[in-house]
Amino acid sequence: MNIDSIQNGVVLDHIQAGKSMDIYRYLRLEELDCSVAIIKNVRSARMGKKDIIKIDSPLEVDLDVLGYIDPNITVNIIRDGVRIEKKHLELPQRLVNIIHCKNPRCITVAEPQLDAIFLLNDAEKHTYRCAYCDTEKNRTF
Amino acid sequence: MPRNLIDITDLSVAEIDELIATAEDIIAHPAKYQDACAHKQLATLFFEPSTRTRLSFESAMLALGGSTLGFSEASSSSTAKGETVGDTIHTVSCYADIIAMRHPKEGAPFAAAQYSEVPIINAGDGGHNHPTQTLTDLLTIHREKGQLDDFTIGFCGDLKFGRTVHSLVTALSRQTGIRFVFISPEELKMPDHIKENVLAKRGLAYEETASLEDAMPALDVLYMTRVQKERFFNEADYIRLKDTYVLDPEKLVPAKSDLCILHPLPRVNEITVAVDKDPRACYWKQVKNGKFIRMALIMKLLDIRV
Repeated sequence: MNIDSIQNGVVLDHIQAGKSMDIYRYLRLEELDCSVAIIKNVRSARMGKKDIIKIDSPLEVDLDVLGYIDPNITVNIIRDGVRIEKKHLELPQRLVNIIHCKNPRCITVAEPQLDAIFLLNDAEKHTYRCAYCDTEKNRTF
Repeated sequence: MPRNLIDITDLSVAEIDELIATAEDIIAHPAKYQDACAHKQLATLFFEPSTRTRLSFESAMLALGGSTLGFSEASSSSTAKGETVGDTIHTVSCYADIIAMRHPKEGAPFAAAQYSEVPIINAGDGGHNHPTQTLTDLLTIHREKGQLDDFTIGFCGDLKFGRTVHSLVTALSRQTGIRFVFISPEELKMPDHIKENVLAKRGLAYEETASLEDAMPALDVLYMTRVQKERFFNEADYIRLKDTYVLDPEKLVPAKSDLCILHPLPRVNEITVAVDKDPRACYWKQVKNGKFIRMALIMKLLDIRV
């Protein structure tokens, strides 16, 4: 499947098969007015199967959210039908208001207006810790 | 940005050494420091009850020639009206030069520091951290052992919710030659985030046991803790675990003659009163040392040199 079938927009490629709807929700793509295509179970030489999302609008994608969900995703920026940039992601060092602490003793649970800040704890194990209470959280995707 | 003390690792090992040296000088020459913080104000914001920590902060500031203001329980502050930590701190930082705060919620001082224009000192946040107690413990160990390296320390009791334990283990993990023994019932074991993120990351070994008797002969320092009722959601669990360890003169028979027994206090019954007379009991010295190290800390965070 070609990625140049949209004129100006973003293609999220190499999504782990079956995870595209999670990303759709996390990026709040349902709020967009443009065309959004979710292509599931595309054959891939590297991954076996993968999902792809095509967004027909030049929006700013939150790379921290994507990097947290799956650092293997690639982000392709399309302009005038041509890929002008291909971004490779990594696990972000710091997450703000992407995940929330579940520790009932944490101040962010008592005062949810505080920014929920998590810091990368172990890149190999994909764990983050709450900057307030140090509670660990595994990446849950 | 003001300098804060939220977690003991906010201070480098060299800075802790410097604080201990200052505290030793304050003990030796108290008059030299009596006007060090003249016209400065310390706010003590205690959203949770305390005797030693709050009074030692206030005593420390008064001994430096400064003054204090604040509250000793959340019910006498606007928290009772639903005010957030951020708004309370924003307000108080308009009136005080430095703030020491205790809060039952973990991470509350970290939140406070984001709103404050003056230094914030974490005086205990739930079961999480208590860095000034750690400084007190380090000063006491240094005074009793002459150094902060090469000894075996046993932590006994509630190691899960014991914030003083977490901070002290973290501080000692940066020293050399420390052997850690964790003595607790299964339900109150040291949390994984301390074992993995603090000890394992530095390649430090530790021993875990449920038997204080078995651990006792090897210890140079014994850090007793109280099983804290206020940390339990279920009272039945508290009642079942609260008397797991009771240190009495009999249990000290196999201990080393120069064992240093510490306790952050308050105690309930985990150390019997009979142990107080033993020369190895250092917890009352610890209380006294708490004032001196807090004097040193207040001066450092206010960037005051004598």
